Amino acid sequence: MSTNAPPSFSNATVGKKILMAITGFLIIGFVIVHLVGNLQIFIGQHQLNVYAETLQNMGALKWAFRIALLVFFLVHIWKGIVLWLENRSARPVSYTKETNQESTLASRTMIYTGALIVFFVAYHISHFTLLDCHPEYQSLPLVDGRFDVYSMIILGFSEPLIAALYIIFVGLVAFHISHAFSSLFQTLGLTKPELLKRLRLFGALLAWLIFLAYASIPVAVLAKIITLPGGGH
Amino acid sequence: MNLTLHVWRQKNANDKGKMETYQAKDISDHMSFLEMLDVVNEQLADKDIDPIAFDHDCREGICGMCSLVVNGTPHGPERGTTVCQLHMRHFKDGDTIYIEPWRARAFPVQRDLIVDRSAFDRIMAAGGFVSVNTGGTPDANALPIPKKDADTAMDAAACIGCGACVAACKNASAMLFVSAKVSQFAYLPQGQAERKARVSNMLAQMQKEGFGNCTNFYECEAACPKEISVKFIAKMNREFMRAKVLKD
Ligand code: HEM
Ligand code: FES
Repeated sequence: MSTNAPPSFSNATVGKKILMAITGFLIIGFVIVHLVGNLQIFIGQHQLNVYAETLQNMGALKWAFRIALLVFFLVHIWKGIVLWLENRSARPVSYTKETNQESTLASRTMIYTGALIVFFVAYHISHFTLLDCHPEYQSLPLVDGRFDVYSMIILGFSEPLIAALYIIFVGLVAFHISHAFSSLFQTLGLTKPELLKRLRLFGALLAWLIFLAYASIPVAVLAKIITLPGGGH
Repeated sequence: MNLTLHVWRQKNANDKGKMETYQAKDISDHMSFLEMLDVVNEQLADKDIDPIAFDHDCREGICGMCSLVVNGTPHGPERGTTVCQLHMRHFKDGDTIYIEPWRARAFPVQRDLIVDRSAFDRIMAAGGFVSVNTGGTPDANALPIPKKDADTAMDAAACIGCGACVAACKNASAMLFVSAKVSQFAYLPQGQAERKARVSNMLAQMQKEGFGNCTNFYECEAACPKEISVKFIAKMNREFMRAKVLKD
């Protein structure tokens, strides 16, 4: 057949897509698990702080998860940028008039929502994990001998600007997922026409669910549905 | 009816090219889109303007030569219709119509609305065939093929290789074309011998030609005059994984 050897799996056009789909799927899994963890804030201070402490005390396992997640992100971002650059150069002269028949806005903006997610993830980690934009969180009084994650989150989201940023952030993640969910099944060859239609619908529903559930936390803080234990601030 | 046309004019592959505006007069709604262009070309000739060059051959929707992007949609607004089979009754008097060539790095414009689609031939040469030794004609029905598989292979084989999928794709990807060609053989017993090499080599050639990667916009399926389903892209993705897992 052809004289040149085909590219390696990770450089092949479909191979790159499969890597994006698998890493994307695993990241969606993380997004959902993280959400379930966070929603414990509605149960109360004790529940959330114990949960946070449990995660922190997982030691080597915690680092294994962190490194795995970082790798998923790096592969996803790397292949995403390669795809985007190649796809841009595949059409050097664009149309004067262009229509969209089937493609959604979410599908056409994957690289932009993705790029914004990178910035927000960096901010989010520095905000609530490393605490370097708010060193004062470090001096929050311990509650029952535990770091008071509950109060930290309420303090954080009591600033409307920060709460708004987070709501935009989860909106972007949800928008990305609204296309990504069904797309990954198509990429992995797991679809049939009827199923694809249902997966596209389900992807949109999942995205809304993720958005509303995540956004409910800053909204609940701003609306004073969840408040600091002493009623302060 | 009378129409205003905005048409891509480009003298040759090296010319920069630009959109030109022409008036199309006395167009009958019985004409096909290409017949309308024939009339416009006569009107242009009267004014000593070079005729608009466009590809066409059968004009009955089977050869895949015609290739115009009409108002931003390859083959125009009618689904499942080649532009040669598109009738002017779908337009109204006074309409403005944009006519552009397929846009893709792998399909360089040669003149006006004509692009070079030999990249598709090279993809076919990379694996879109079945090698058989010559000999006596095999008995009909000697090779049992389940009806469902035969039908699916036939649906894939409906592809006329026009390239509308590439023109419609935001990434100028040829995945729908390649997947139709890969699938038509993958479902048939004759295609089995070269099955693994075929998918890898045809995809590799697609990439080498400078087509983009699929990001599942599904614009290709909407534009395809033969309504080839994106289920064949899913099929090809499975074929690709199968080829990687079942290494020789
Ligand atoms: C919350 C984080 C993220 C999740 C859950 C996620 C998930 C996904 C999934 C499942 C896909 C579909 C893959 C496929 O169609 O096979 C995808 C596509 C894509 N992602 Fe992400 N992603 C995330 C973050 C990012 C980031 C940070 C980037 C940064 C560059 C990015 C860029 C892209 C691009 C460009 C695509 C489109 C390419 C394609 O459709 O194949 N994503 N994402
Ligand atoms: S000219 Fe043959 S398909 Fe249109």
